[in-house]
Amino acid sequence: MINKIIFNLIQVIVVMAFAPLIKGILARLKENVQSKRGPSIFQPYRDIWKLFHKDEVISEHSSWIFRLTPFVVFITPIFVALLIPVLTDYPLFFAFMGDMLGGGFILALGGFFATLAAIDTGNPYGPMGSSRTRMVGFLAEPVFMIVFFTVSFIAGSTIPYIVQKYWVTPLANFFEPAHILMLLAFLMLVIAETGRIPVDNPSGHFELAMIDESKGLEYSGRGAALMKWGGSMKFFVLCCIFLNVLVAPWGLAHGTELWQVLLAVPLILIKISIFVLVLVAIESSLAKLRLFRITEFLGAAFVTSVAAMIIGLFFM
Amino acid sequence: MSESEMVFSFLTKLNALTGGLFLLCAFGLVGIRQMLTCLRIYVFQALLLAVSAVILGYYHASIHLFVVAALTIVTKVFIIPWVLRQAVGYESYAKREISQVLNIPTSLLISIAITIFAYYIAGPLLAANGAGAFEKVNLPIGMASLLIGAYTVTVRGEAVPQLLGILAMENGAFFAGISIASNLPLIAELAAAFYVLITVLVIGLLAMRIHTVIAKTAVGEMMALREE
Repeated sequence: MINKIIFNLIQVIVVMAFAPLIKGILARLKENVQSKRGPSIFQPYRDIWKLFHKDEVISEHSSWIFRLTPFVVFITPIFVALLIPVLTDYPLFFAFMGDMLGGGFILALGGFFATLAAIDTGNPYGPMGSSRTRMVGFLAEPVFMIVFFTVSFIAGSTIPYIVQKYWVTPLANFFEPAHILMLLAFLMLVIAETGRIPVDNPSGHFELAMIDESKGLEYSGRGAALMKWGGSMKFFVLCCIFLNVLVAPWGLAHGTELWQVLLAVPLILIKISIFVLVLVAIESSLAKLRLFRITEFLGAAFVTSVAAMIIGLFFM
Repeated sequence: MSESEMVFSFLTKLNALTGGLFLLCAFGLVGIRQMLTCLRIYVFQALLLAVSAVILGYYHASIHLFVVAALTIVTKVFIIPWVLRQAVGYESYAKREISQVLNIPTSLLISIAITIFAYYIAGPLLAANGAGAFEKVNLPIGMASLLIGAYTVTVRGEAVPQLLGILAMENGAFFAGISIASNLPLIAELAAAFYVLITVLVIGLLAMRIHTVIAKTAVGEMMALREE
């Protein structure tokens, strides 16, 4: 029992500690592909450290929402990290507090507060970015739902630990059409939700073209650091859900010894790094879509997920 | 579970996966704007058809299906893109976007409705036939691809994408066909492959003529007949 609580806390610490690293690797690799040297992979840590030591400026016209939001954005991924398998392939202490839908709702709460806070300050770019985020959000929502319906129908559960086991027992389940199509749909969803390239350009500096970034423009000092850190943790958590729950539980700790759990940390980082390579390939080979073409991108994701559902339904 | 059962379960899943990707390619032909990507998707769909034929051929121990696979790869993966490049190279290999009557999200939703309809009409057929695991995948997906191909022909306003729609219809018919009739006579397979080539050639030449006369192939805009 005590063991499981400790492992659960280790999961949270791993998410907190390594989330900026993954962001750094992603940024570095993208620059390398463009034959530039790129920033150090530890740059996100330095940014966060620097921002924590700066003064914070808060508009006097803003309300409590603006002050609360960084904490909400920071804490929601940590809550999700308690629920999902990050290091172990057996349920930990808090695992049955919520299923994947619960995790999705908690992440959505962070997004909701970020949207409100962007409107709160009266900066013209904030509301623009938040309305665009909502547009992407409501187009992504049906895909999310259909993916979860398909998962719960095929695996018979929405508890992540049961789902991940289903895909590899027996191994033939991995090649189930619904599984592969659902992975494609969810990959598009991860790209849309985390604001990567065909949907949004995370490294752009042009406010009018921003979707995700413009929500955090008003933050400075500690607030900005928390927003940044929370954002990278959200990315890490989504990667974990995608790779550990929906793809396969390979590389996760099976035993209950401490060393086995610690051994899972580098394995997970390798797994996410491979996924990052895929993302870099996608980001470097595609151009950012025009705003109203995003409907087509997410429409394609929706069609893929519906195809997964139809085939899964009739294949049984 | 005995070994043969495991092989069977693996084959059915692999075939179903092929079917799923096949359906996705059919959606792609409706939902993608770039001409060149459309052509590549068509080639990929033909490859998937060949894979499914190989799986079914292995299961039924039928040489005919291997012949179908070989013919499919030779004609649709190599010859058809080559013929298109010769006939309408500037049209099919130019990186440009295709105009469409209905916008793409609507088209995709209609394609989903078509797919569900295909499953609906395939249901009684499967029930009457006492279908196995392969027919259950191939028949409805082949029918869906056929109908979506027909829809593509209706909605796209350019010659080459319309041709790809017709070819997708043929792909779908074959995909459904190989699961029902595993012992197709060789002459029928050869005839079908030859027929497809002729179709491509005729439509390709026609598109080339249209292009030389009016300098574009947006056949959707040609409404009135004019005498010279």
